[in-house]
Order: sequence, then C-alpha cells, then structure tokens
Amino acid sequence: MSAADNVVWLGTPAFPEAARAALADTRLRANLRRATGTIRDKRLAVAAELEDWEELREAAATIKRRTLRHLDHHLLRLEKAVTAAGGVVHWASDAADANRIVTALVKATGEDEVVKVKSMATQEIGLNEALADAGIRAYETDLAELIVQLGGDRPSHILVPAIHRGRSEIREIFRREMGEWGRPAPEDLSDEPRDLAEAARLHLREKFLRAKVAVSGANFAAADTGTVAVVESEGNGRMCLTLPETLITVMGIEKVLPAFADLDVFLQLLPRSSTGERMNPYTSLWTGVTEGDGPRNFHLVLLDNGRTATLADEVGRQALACIRCSACLNVCPVYERTGGHAYGSVYPGPIGAVLTPQLAGIENAASLPFASTLCGACYDACPVKINIPEVLVHLRAEAVEAKRRDRLLPTSEALAMKAAGAVLGSPRRLATVQRLAATGARLLARDGLIGALPGPFARWSGTRDTPVPARESLRAWWRRTRPAGSEGRSTTAEGKGRR
Amino acid sequence: MRIALFITCFNDTMFPRTGRAVTELLERLGHTVEFPQGQTCCGQMHFNTGYRPETLPMVRRFAEVFAGYDAVVAPSGSCAGMVRDHHRVVAAQYGDAALAEAVEHVVPTVYELSELLVDVLGVTDVGAYFPHRVTYHPTCHSLRMLRVGDRPLSLLRAVKGIDLVELPAAESCCGFGGTFALKNADVSNAMLADKMRHVQDTGAEFLCAGDNSCLTHIGGGLSRLRTGVGTMHLAEILASTEGDVR
Repeated sequence: MSAADNVVWLGTPAFPEAARAALADTRLRANLRRATGTIRDKRLAVAAELEDWEELREAAATIKRRTLRHLDHHLLRLEKAVTAAGGVVHWASDAADANRIVTALVKATGEDEVVKVKSMATQEIGLNEALADAGIRAYETDLAELIVQLGGDRPSHILVPAIHRGRSEIREIFRREMGEWGRPAPEDLSDEPRDLAEAARLHLREKFLRAKVAVSGANFAAADTGTVAVVESEGNGRMCLTLPETLITVMGIEKVLPAFADLDVFLQLLPRSSTGERMNPYTSLWTGVTEGDGPRNFHLVLLDNGRTATLADEVGRQALACIRCSACLNVCPVYERTGGHAYGSVYPGPIGAVLTPQLAGIENAASLPFASTLCGACYDACPVKINIPEVLVHLRAEAVEAKRRDRLLPTSEALAMKAAGAVLGSPRRLATVQRLAATGARLLARDGLIGALPGPFARWSGTRDTPVPARESLRAWWRRTRPAGSEGRSTTAEGKGRR
Repeated sequence: MRIALFITCFNDTMFPRTGRAVTELLERLGHTVEFPQGQTCCGQMHFNTGYRPETLPMVRRFAEVFAGYDAVVAPSGSCAGMVRDHHRVVAAQYGDAALAEAVEHVVPTVYELSELLVDVLGVTDVGAYFPHRVTYHPTCHSLRMLRVGDRPLSLLRAVKGIDLVELPAAESCCGFGGTFALKNADVSNAMLADKMRHVQDTGAEFLCAGDNSCLTHIGGGLSRLRTGVGTMHLAEILASTEGDVR
C-alpha cells in the first residue's frame, strides 16, 4: 500500500468533475457559505485584536522553517525525551507501516475497541479502516467526526469535518445510526443544536467510561521535554487523553517543535486562525506517563508517509509548516463553492491542493494544483505564512513535466501553449495574429460580441459574451499615429547608455 | 519623465483603447510615453499553467525591451505582478547570469498604473471628469500581489462628477484566474455569478478595475445577462475629460 491509497480517495473523479457535482448541490453550497462566512469574520475580528499579530505570524513561520531544516535532529531529541519520560516511540515510514504498528499495539492490550481524538494523521493513513480489518472498532469522539462516521461519510473540512451538513441532516443521521454504534438517539430528537449536542454527549459518555485504549493525533510535540499537545473545543479529546489506560498518538514528523517555549507562539495563533476564538477551550499536554495520573502506557508513532520526500523540495517543503488551522479553506473562494469532497483527498482546500500532491505523488493528484484562481487569499490568511500560490504554481509545473515525461505525443493543451509561445515570442508574429484574429472574429460576431465559441472555449462562452479583438491593435495604432522615434526600437542600446 | 508603456498582449489585441487612455493620461500630466515595439507578453499564462521553460523567452524579451526607462507602466495588476514576482524566479531557474542581472535592473522600474500615478508621479487628482455611477473591483493580483491598496480608489475619488459606490464583497475573487476559467469552468461560473450579483446590487452604470482580463470575464457575464452595466478600465475613467461623453 502506498501513501496515495490513503491520502487520496481512490475512485474520486478529478477536481473539475467532482466540483461540478458539488456545485449542483444547493443545500451544500448554502451550508458552506454560511459556515465559512461565519468563521472568516470571527477570525478577522480576533486576529485584529492582537497588535503583534504580524510578528506572531513571522515568528511561527521562522520557527517552523528552522525546525524543518534540521528535522532529523529535533525528532531524535523528541524520541529521547519521550523515552526518558516513560513513553515508547515508534517510527513509521508509510501508512501501512503506521497501521501495522497501531494495530499490534491495540491487539497487545487485548481490547477490540478504541476511542479516537479527531486526528488528520489517522485519517491520512486510513487507520479506522485498517483497525476494522483487524476486528477492532474505532469510535470517533469529536462531534463533527462522529457525524461523519455515523453518516458513513467523508470529512470535508480539516477543522469542521461535517461543515457540509445542516442540522436537520445531522438529526436524521443521529436518529438512523446512533443505535447501531451504541446508545441510540432519543425518539423525539429535535434539530436544535442544544438537543443534538446532548444526544451526542450521552452517546459518547458510555464510550469514554468503557474505553481502555485511546488513539489521538498531535498538534505539537516539544523536542526538549517530550511533551505532546492536542488542542480542541469540546473536551472529548481531554476525556480520551486522560481516562483510558493506553494512549497511542500518531503524529506526522513535521509537528515537532524544538522547545516547549515555542508553544507560546502557536497556542496564540492556532485558535484565532482556526475557530476565531482567542483561546481554544481545551489544551491537553502530556509528557510520557505519570504514576496515578492518566494513561499508564503511552506510545508515540512518528509518521513519515511522504514527508521526507516533500522536505526535499525546496519550494514545496513550506507546506509542511502547516498547523492544520484551516484558515485557508475558510477564505478560499473555490473551497466555498465546492466543499472539501471535490478535492478527493483527506486534505482539502488550498493547503490540500499543495500538500496532497506532495504526500501522494503528483500523478495521483494532478488536478489539485489547478483547483485555484491564484487569488492569494490563502497566503494572506495563513498564520505560518505558507506561500500557497507559489507552491501551487510550482506544482503545476511539476504536473506538466510529469505529463511530458509520460507521453510520447503532447497534449492539446501543450500544443496550444507551444503555439502561443511562438506567437508571443515575436512581435511580428503577434501583430500578424492580431490582424487575423480581428478579421476572423468579425465573422463570428454579432453586434460586436462573440457568442458561442468552439472547442475548449465553449465552456467559457456558455455564460459570457466575448468582445471582438480590436480592428487595430495598440501597436498598429502607435505605428500609424506616432513618429518613428517614439517606438522605442533602439531602447536597449539607448537605455544602457543612459544609466 | 520618460515612461515606457507595457501594454500587455491581451490589452494590445483586445483593448487598445486602454493603452491609448494611459498614453493620453500620462501625456496630459506632462510625461513622455514611448511604446517599445519589440514587446510581446509577460509570460503569465505559460508560467501559471505550468509551462515554465516556455516562459523564459518572454522574460528575456521583456528585460531587453524595457531596459533603461525611468519607469515602465502596465495597465494590468496581473501582468505587473507577474513581472515583479516571477521574472526573477524564471531567470534564476533557466536563464544565465546576464539575464538575472538584466531582470534585476528592469523589475524595480515596473509599475501598475495606479502605483505609478500615486507613488512615482505623486498625483491623485489627474483632472478627470466622469459623471457616472461607478463601482470598483480590486482585482486579486493588484490587491494581494502588488498591494496597490486604496491607490485606485483615491484616484477615482478625485474624479469630477463621479458617483463612486462601494462593491459588496469587493475583495472576493471574480473567478477568472486565467486558464482556471477553462479548466474549472463550473467553479469559475459560480464565482462569476456572485460577483455579478454584487455589481448589480450597487446600481452602478460602470464596473471599473485595473485589469481588463477580469473585466472581460465579469463584463462578458453582465453582457450575456443583458444587465446594461458596462465595464471600464481605470485608465479610461482617469483619461476621460469634459469633452468625452460615454
């Protein structure tokens, strides 16, 4: 099994097709618009409260990039500190490796069920499915993850996995499915948020009190102390991290921070960027094991799964600085229209469009770097200053190069680009094409506008009129009306003399 | 000041009136405008679509053709952004040391129109007259690559007779995105629909922006719906005088 099998949802159509289906779902679009709009406004308000917000962003970016440059060093320090504190560290090179390790650890406890803290890393490796194959049932305890799990669905947002669901849908899912997984929902369950939360609370409480094994992800891990951190809003995580006897944490290797003190920066940035709160309600920190307090066994699985390869790419590696806040999703105009499923990946939105092709290989997610207008809103929102547009364009070049390598014959797009390059490579050829286009377009046009266009441009002209190219280009107008001296033909020589 | 006009291949072919407006405007302000005939394109379409090696000849040509002017002005935030943010990248990746140096020389002289007027020429009132209700869409690359901020708005506010109205959700992308509009046509259309609704909500007669590419996309949609709302490049409004009737 390769990384692609899990990070990418196999069988999902490429982004443009998946997006078309999502766009047709008016309820989905309404849910998304409302949810992203609300979080977006809250984030802007609480970020504006901090006078040193930009300094914090800069500090976070610096710490992350510095850590990534010596990742091996910090990971070894982390291993040493965790071990010294009574934890056990495991190294997993890929998803299959990590699943094998976690499954064996659960089996060794003799249990056949685990409670889970919401975690992107375990989504990425498909842990729930791997545990199910081994006869172990994994219960998601985050409210949104619970909704997704009960609905037999996939998460569509990093932070709010059920963002695509409205409350009436959630009520239906609870009524239909809760009984299959444990305590059923009350018969008279309404779709009031308070009632829905209460039903989930009662359903989950049974599991917290019964569970002997918990599986979590990690937001951060401090290499100097071996402390692992999870931040969350509901307290479900806190229950999982303290009640069970065995705690297994699966963490991407990029989550390590050099020092405990670095949390100072990130615990200010993360909640404000993700939920628009000044502080998240629950921050759990644990360092190995402590007699009489919390789990007696602690395992930390350090997951590579494509990260080392990503690190080797000088431009692309900045995606590893991501702290999974999802601010980029909430500001992305493309995400707002399509939702997360269209990306066909565990990591949706702008960060998914740059992370997924790198973790899973560009050939497994070639349409994702193109799922953006390059508007730049994600870069502005990112608390760790990942230049997402830069990485998108970088990966587009990789996608094109990969296609070139794989094919003997160039694609129609490549031919068009080549032709355009030839025209734009010469002012004389450009002038000729301008004249031809102006004449040709007039044959197509009515009232100075072009309606339907052929070939790939039909998708454009279906909803937009196109103006006719000018009868006289600017360069032609200039030649006709201006004295030869102002054409600037000899500017190179002239200019250099001038400087 | 001796200013070179970088018209951009798209404006050159489709909207020469924008280039004429820039020329009129700058000459009215007492500057010399030249049009280097060797110019073609900034290479953005190739670069952003992933055809990076193909961008190199255009970067090379740009650095040669526009060397030595006091300033180079482009009536496009997008193309100015391409030159400013990416020509160095292409030169470093595929070019030679001489090209890298040439790019390094030319890039700091390149300005988008509103930047040139406000920062370099120090004017906000360019003596324009445009008695219409106008709303302004800050295109993404002007806004977030170049950070032109409210320069275009301060220029528009100084226009005599104008009724400048705020565009709701102005900073959200119109959905054009170059080849995005073809590759992801459905998402592009959904974004366009929202942008058009916001434009219509303002009751404006004209939608103004600093990029004709975005305006072609939005204007094409407004035209298809027969909204009657026109589109105008910032340069054309700033070039308008009492003698013009639109």
